[in-house]
Amino acid sequence: MNGRIIEHPILPEPPEATVPFTFNDREMLARENEVISSALFANGIGVFNLHHKDSAPQGIFCANGQCAQCLVLVDGSPAKACITPVRAGMNVRSLDGLPELPHDDEPVPPCHITEREVQVLIVGAGPAGLSAAVELGQAGIEVLIVDDKQELGGKLSLQTHNFFGSIRDCNAGMRGMDIGTLLAGEMEDLSNVTVWLESPVVGVFADGKVGIVKTGIYHLVRPNHVLFSTGAREKSLAFPGCDLPGVYGAGAFQTIVNRDMVRSSSRLLIVGGGNVGLIAAYHAVQAGIGVLGVVEALPECGGYKVHEDKIKRLGIPVRTSHTVTKAEGDGRVERVTIAQADEHFNPVPGTERTYECDTLLIAVGLDPVNELTEKAKEFGYSVYEAGDAAEIAEASAAMFSGRITGRKMLKDMGHEAFIPEEWLDLLGVLRAKPGPVHEMALKRPGIGVYPVIRCNQEIPCNPCTAVCPKNSIRTEDGSMSSVPLFGDECVGCTRCVVICPGLAITLVDRAYDPSGERALVTLPWEMPAGSVKPSKVVITVGYEGETVGQGKVVAVRNVPWQNRRRLLLVDVPAGEADLVAGIRICEPPEEEGGEPATKEESRGTVVCRCERVTRGEIIDYIRETGCTDFNALKAALRVGMGPCGGKTCTELVMRIFRGELGADAEIEPHVERPLFQEVPLKAFLEAEK
Amino acid sequence: MSVYDAIVIGAGSVGVPTSYSLAKEGLKVMCIDKRASAGQGQNKAAIGGVRATHSDPAKIRLCQESLRIFSAWKEETGTDIGWKQGGYCFPVYREEDAQLMQAILPLQKKFDLNIDWAGDAEIARFVPGLNREGLVGGTYSPEDGQVSPLLAVESFADEARKLGAEFSFREQVQSLIMDENAVVGVKTDKGEYRAPVVVNAAGARATEICNMAGLDIQVQPDSHEAGITAPVKPFLDPLVVDIRPGPEGKTANFYFGQVESGQVIFCYTPKTFFYGEDRRCTSEFMPIIARRLVDLIPRLKGLMVRRLWRGLYPMTTDGIPIVGAAPKIEGLYLAIGMCGQGFMMGPGVGANLASLITKGKPLMRPTTFEFLRPDRSFQGEEAERLA
Repeated sequence: MNGRIIEHPILPEPPEATVPFTFNDREMLARENEVISSALFANGIGVFNLHHKDSAPQGIFCANGQCAQCLVLVDGSPAKACITPVRAGMNVRSLDGLPELPHDDEPVPPCHITEREVQVLIVGAGPAGLSAAVELGQAGIEVLIVDDKQELGGKLSLQTHNFFGSIRDCNAGMRGMDIGTLLAGEMEDLSNVTVWLESPVVGVFADGKVGIVKTGIYHLVRPNHVLFSTGAREKSLAFPGCDLPGVYGAGAFQTIVNRDMVRSSSRLLIVGGGNVGLIAAYHAVQAGIGVLGVVEALPECGGYKVHEDKIKRLGIPVRTSHTVTKAEGDGRVERVTIAQADEHFNPVPGTERTYECDTLLIAVGLDPVNELTEKAKEFGYSVYEAGDAAEIAEASAAMFSGRITGRKMLKDMGHEAFIPEEWLDLLGVLRAKPGPVHEMALKRPGIGVYPVIRCNQEIPCNPCTAVCPKNSIRTEDGSMSSVPLFGDECVGCTRCVVICPGLAITLVDRAYDPSGERALVTLPWEMPAGSVKPSKVVITVGYEGETVGQGKVVAVRNVPWQNRRRLLLVDVPAGEADLVAGIRICEPPEEEGGEPATKEESRGTVVCRCERVTRGEIIDYIRETGCTDFNALKAALRVGMGPCGGKTCTELVMRIFRGELGADAEIEPHVERPLFQEVPLKAFLEAEK
Repeated sequence: MSVYDAIVIGAGSVGVPTSYSLAKEGLKVMCIDKRASAGQGQNKAAIGGVRATHSDPAKIRLCQESLRIFSAWKEETGTDIGWKQGGYCFPVYREEDAQLMQAILPLQKKFDLNIDWAGDAEIARFVPGLNREGLVGGTYSPEDGQVSPLLAVESFADEARKLGAEFSFREQVQSLIMDENAVVGVKTDKGEYRAPVVVNAAGARATEICNMAGLDIQVQPDSHEAGITAPVKPFLDPLVVDIRPGPEGKTANFYFGQVESGQVIFCYTPKTFFYGEDRRCTSEFMPIIARRLVDLIPRLKGLMVRRLWRGLYPMTTDGIPIVGAAPKIEGLYLAIGMCGQGFMMGPGVGANLASLITKGKPLMRPTTFEFLRPDRSFQGEEAERLA
């Protein structure tokens, strides 16, 4: 059941859909400025075109303008549905094969491409880019910051959850989307910072000019310095059925659900237990979407344990040492089979389980977006990098890296700028992978009111230590990454419960029942209204989701000073009070035995989705020709020659190469060239009015 | 040390078909290239137009042979190399160009080329959506066409291998092994090869190889930019050449065509040449070519541009390729200086050279072949620099 999300526990109420358009002559409504792909999803459409090579149905994939899987015809011309906003009266049609060149013989009046010089060009207005822009802007530098999206904030605007880190240095405890708004606001006050939105950078050229398509019109910018804060893109996975509509990235999913507030799925499965996958599961439940589980090939999830625990508590199974073996369905995903993974991540036959679902999210890691950066370096630009573009880490680290890089640029430009030593240390801490998980050392006074803190992994986060009015929560050595411990004084203010980004703190009130038989547990709560109701009996669970017993919801309380996190007050038997960490709201998924992927299915796995090239074709070619050159493979099979330019398949193909030729084989890498995103020819023929 | 009948230096547009032709004549061939696979130099930068309708007799003969080979390739080998016989069309807007084009028609017809002058209405039919303002007519040659350089080089190498030719990649020729005035082999960074015949088909690096034999033959590369769009349904049969200089003052002619797979591939000739081996893309190309494309055919504005690149045109001083036995040095043959037309001439060059090497005479009439001689005076005026 696709449709619009009308009510969301965190996101503000979206505007109604009022903009009329047609899809294949069917009348539909879109929200103001909504991209076509989301408007179509909201109207139950998940297939946008049939591929010109084999008529395979194409669904959403990157939701980011990078591939062309969502190509549709808009008023007769091909356009990517995920980056084209609906306009009133638009005639949208699905595409069957190649588009026809519209017979528009109107001459194009002459124009001059706009060119300008800037001191600093920042590519990407996410956490890193915005933070750097603020530093540079405050110092009076003339900055142009460009981003391909409609709004500032980059991926921050999709992050509805509370951020980790420290309150003082990176607004920890705030929601990512609110931090984005805050940063954007700081920057907008600076008159010397110019913002171009809907402006992808498509080329960095040898003559010192950068090509930018600003709202459909090509511009050239000659920067003295460039900062690439271009973020990351999702890694891909090749398995039978990975090209079916309904298989796409967790980042793309967050865009559809959290930015556009469209329910693109009713039941989904997630591959990848890093933070992105774990958070996607949480976001899905918040959006009213059923989550059948998170599958992780490693024996342990790579994401924060608090993220893993909080989704387990909701009732979502996390299957470690498991891998996806295939997705199947008639024209879109209907079933997904997973299996246990051996130490080489290969499925163990006989352990298959099949789930009925309409969507499979891929969250198997991120790669820096660096193709522009590499060109700029090659061409001798003054290049800086910050955020995920420099090193994949949490957004809090990206903000810090942006601030530091901003000041470094100032220094290099001969301005006074001070980079505190502790900032560099802090960046190291924020970028660090999650540390070891310690034995839970719960302090349970057993009387009165007190918090129970279930945060036993070393991660850079400390808001709980900052908000306690009694200063009673501290880490052992004062370091942000150490595990927080409760002292002995608690006034029951619930501030720690409310601010903990990991939802890992509950408050136990034993004074609640004078008889001593019952206790009141206060839980952080961010699920849709109606998922629990006062006086309802609920299943209580422990910190890793294990069943504890039953409780009764006493109240769902809003907290005026912490935007949109609610508190769930649950009456439980006193003996269970310290154990209760959450309540289960998701039903265990139905699963049945499944079949392993056949050899034919494995060979038929689509590796290059733009050009529909299969694993079997690539393997055969390498074996038959002894090819060690990616570029020969491109020429012969067209791998990586499609609209995305190898952004999705390059690593997948390299894996096949290494599998065939050995891990140390010398393989000539794929040559990347501009344009880094397809550009309508029209864009080069118009000047800004 | 390995011994062969012939060594070909360069596995590109010329070296690969030459290896194929030599192997077909029964020679044991070794083709050496410094890159990781065939066609990784300028071959993959070629736009793939193939026409015999030149104004120079030797080039006409070379490309007639190329067209014969390309057009029959699928039938003979079973491999699709993207051959599309859509012809070439030169729409003409200026009286002086009309005179120029018409003046060479008699020669072209003498060489049995299927080309004729057509009126403006007919030209507009060949090129749908063509701007007819000022159009006076043009030439159309239906037997010319287009081939995918990427697929062709691969397939020629395959067929050469089937005939026993060997290829060695990531190997750099460092010197020629001489025996008095004869070349008897090559020395590379990996070893030595002996052969009584060595063919220099080194493209942009041809001069370097010539120098190894003490030959002073100038081939100077200049760099051209090109691009390709996303595919659309077939709408344009011929490869189109607009020979007018651009109103922006930076371009001479420009040309484009829709390849068999539906993509539109385009290129222009800069007014001032960029000599050297710089292949980095500039910001200037796209705005200029976009304007030229839509001024000629407004509906091209509906295309989506996908990728840009630059390729090198190995130029001779008179604009005519250098093909034949090297002067005064036995065993060395040159197939160089293709002036940006190496892809279309490659199979013709290979076939003629193989015949010369094995039978003592080229396929074409020797007096015509003389036009390509390495020891000519190079005094002729530089001819066309077109697709």
